[in-house]
Amino acid sequence: MPTFFVNKDRVDIAPNVPGDTPLLWMLRDSLNLTGTKYGCGIALCGACTVHVEGQPVRSCQVPLSSIRQGAEITTIEGLRTREAQALQAAWQKLDVPQCGYCQSGQIMSAAALLAKNRRPSDADIDAAMNGNLCRCATYGRIRAAIKEAAKALPA
Amino acid sequence: MRATADETERALTRRAFLKASAALGAGLTLAIYDPDALGQAAKGGTTSSTPFAPNAFLRIAPDNSVTIVAKHTELGQGIYTGLAMLVADELDAAWGQVRVEGAPADAARYKNLLFEDEQGTGGSTGMANSFTQYREAGATARAMLVAAAAERWKVPADSIGVKSGTLVHASGKKASFGELATSAAKLPVPASAKLKDPKDFAYIGKGASRVDAKAKSTGTATYTLDLKLPDMLTALVAHPPRFGAKVKSFDAASVQAVPGVRFVVQVPNGVAVVATNFWTAKKARDALAVEWDDASGFKYSSSDILAEFKRLAGTPGKVARNDGDASAALAKAARTLDATYEFPYLAHAAMEPMNCVVRLAADRCEVWNGEQFQSGDQSAIAATVGLRPEQVDIHQLFAGGSFGRRWSHDADYLVEAASIAKALATQGKSGVPIKLVWTREDDMRAGYYRPANYHALRAGLDAGGNLVAWHHRLVGQSIVSGTPYEKWMKDGIDPLSVDGASDLPYAIANVHVDVHAPSIGVPVLWWRSVALTHTVYSIETFVDELAAAAGKDPVAFRKGLLAQRPKELAVLELAAEKAGWGQVLAPAPDGAKRGRGVAVYRSSGSTLAQIAEVTVRADNTLRVDRVVCAIDCGLAVNPDSVRAQIEGGIGFGLSAARHGAITIRNGAPEQSNFHDYRVLRFDEMPVVDVHIVASTGKPTGVGQEGVPGIAPAVANALAAATGKRLRKLPLALV
Repeated sequence: MPTFFVNKDRVDIAPNVPGDTPLLWMLRDSLNLTGTKYGCGIALCGACTVHVEGQPVRSCQVPLSSIRQGAEITTIEGLRTREAQALQAAWQKLDVPQCGYCQSGQIMSAAALLAKNRRPSDADIDAAMNGNLCRCATYGRIRAAIKEAAKALPA
Repeated sequence: MRATADETERALTRRAFLKASAALGAGLTLAIYDPDALGQAAKGGTTSSTPFAPNAFLRIAPDNSVTIVAKHTELGQGIYTGLAMLVADELDAAWGQVRVEGAPADAARYKNLLFEDEQGTGGSTGMANSFTQYREAGATARAMLVAAAAERWKVPADSIGVKSGTLVHASGKKASFGELATSAAKLPVPASAKLKDPKDFAYIGKGASRVDAKAKSTGTATYTLDLKLPDMLTALVAHPPRFGAKVKSFDAASVQAVPGVRFVVQVPNGVAVVATNFWTAKKARDALAVEWDDASGFKYSSSDILAEFKRLAGTPGKVARNDGDASAALAKAARTLDATYEFPYLAHAAMEPMNCVVRLAADRCEVWNGEQFQSGDQSAIAATVGLRPEQVDIHQLFAGGSFGRRWSHDADYLVEAASIAKALATQGKSGVPIKLVWTREDDMRAGYYRPANYHALRAGLDAGGNLVAWHHRLVGQSIVSGTPYEKWMKDGIDPLSVDGASDLPYAIANVHVDVHAPSIGVPVLWWRSVALTHTVYSIETFVDELAAAAGKDPVAFRKGLLAQRPKELAVLELAAEKAGWGQVLAPAPDGAKRGRGVAVYRSSGSTLAQIAEVTVRADNTLRVDRVVCAIDCGLAVNPDSVRAQIEGGIGFGLSAARHGAITIRNGAPEQSNFHDYRVLRFDEMPVVDVHIVASTGKPTGVGQEGVPGIAPAVANALAAATGKRLRKLPLALV
């Protein structure tokens, strides 16, 4: 029976849970962690981005059966890093969100970027964020907010 | 065998289950009784049992919170913030004490003042119709708070001042709104209240931070897809692949036995699988064997539609405008130019796919939705479930984008959910909340597209290069024909087909515009900026060609035709100045070609000009580097919100210009998700510089106004860079 941790809380999955259940739907329907969004179901929009062992992944394409025993999973609700706080402050300062639906995923991707690269170039930002769609096209403000957050963090 | 509880949830260990349940329990209580938990109230504060509510648009609680009731849905356009600014300004409230919640469906109180007697959000009318109404609401409340203070302090009302949420008197007496709320609530509501002199505005024209930014940056904003109610079931529907096809038969037994599947019921447009959670419902829906009856289904393909459009374009259409004698003037012209344009169907593809929650009881139907058109949806749902419209309660939640999609003429997905609830009620399962979820594929294949269009233009220049004749024929489905909005037709013409073309802004002596609106079995709908998505493209790229043919600069040529249109002239000049029009574009380091293009237009009462700068590489791939946009939208209530909407509108329009196309094959859409219906990605977004014309005029639209100009500005820039005129969307250089 797989056991892993979501936002530091232990979650055990019983054998009768279908192993093909995507992590996304376990988070949303079972744990009521609805900050992680459904947008496409095929890992093309990034709205469902969470961190598994610190890496940004599209939770719609992570079947429960594939999750490593003891894995640490972080959702927007459990994201407490300095990078995340800086990003969320910048997001508000620059009024990034419009409809807001994609923004949890955007912040998860941006937080993973800043965790490994505190001084990202425009090309670094493009590479990290290109998997996250925003139909309100807030991309320009997201770029500015990532840079704003980076400035607030020690290199 | 039927499961009795959410399989996944049951299978979690006790510890995780308790955690999940606790979260669920808290959410429920709040979800039902506290709008805050639904994400509608985007700022702090708590409700009170004895608020001061002088009108339908705000209430002030003893805890000092000011709650603004937004009659418009927050789709991303920033209207919650804008409406709150209007009230807060007249009330002299502190921004920190303001919160916002969505209004219920109640057209008597919350109708859109630009939509006769209907409640709804659309057409970039939110601020335009609310500007005075919400200011008056705030001013009235302020007058009553002042009257209450005057009574308490026994001083004249006009000796009391209000600043940032505090009433003050020269004697040193002070009181918060909250302290006076209960007394103010007992006073008569004045018939009118004096509005501020604009020079005294504290927020209007200056700005305020978005009330929903925090919730939307921390994952706590609640969209309909996030809603959870006790005993709620999730429904997915198997829809016919072809538009208009019907269910012939289905094998319910094949999925009924799957653990977690509760019901399999037929609905008007397919077969619904109702289960305890999404994944169970989806797998069962996908496995469900349905045989479709294609007799009534649409059978044609995009190539057939285009052929019919081209045939029609050779025949006269219904005349939308006729000035002078365009045919005669064309015959006499020194030079004529012809061009035809092809525009595909487009999906809205909002990030949150269509979904809603319906709970049907014997005499009441409750609906939760990112609700855009309360009045029409109430009626449609009521008719479906056999109730009166006033028995349908609609809870307005944040919408994960819309771009026009959440207001359809037949309330499509809402009626589908109501049909499921009705079917369950007939099986004795009344009162079970049903969340209908459309997957991305369901959403994209449902139709309700921006209509495909074909335009044929011909224009004539005289010997001096002056534009003397203009002939514009449009072919495309009407959006309103055959719907309850047919009443909007004028002389048999759907204004939503010809807007932008019939009111061509250029001074040309001979203008003829006509239109064909063939009936085609592909459902169509308004799509952010509606007809302007195609009319502004053909007009502004054709005018550019004419300027080139006349040997004139594109901006100068347009200015010559806009002498009587001061707003167009002003935005054109402002954009040209800010973009450095006339100066040589910096060359690309790798020798790639660069170009600059312009478009000018009017949209929802606003006037805009856009100038795009592009780079075209040797392999004909392109990049839009920068867009300069000038807008006159009257008084910009929240300037940063205007900028945000224009940035977003440009990105949305560029997405369609570069990638957007729904094609039909044998009656069914060929695209289904973001792999074959590409949308703009992060690295494709240009820098956008927005310049707002200073104005004291009434506020006009900004939500959809960035969209129409970007495709023609980019196409004109591509023509400047490469010499190629692109007349088919999406834009492709190879």
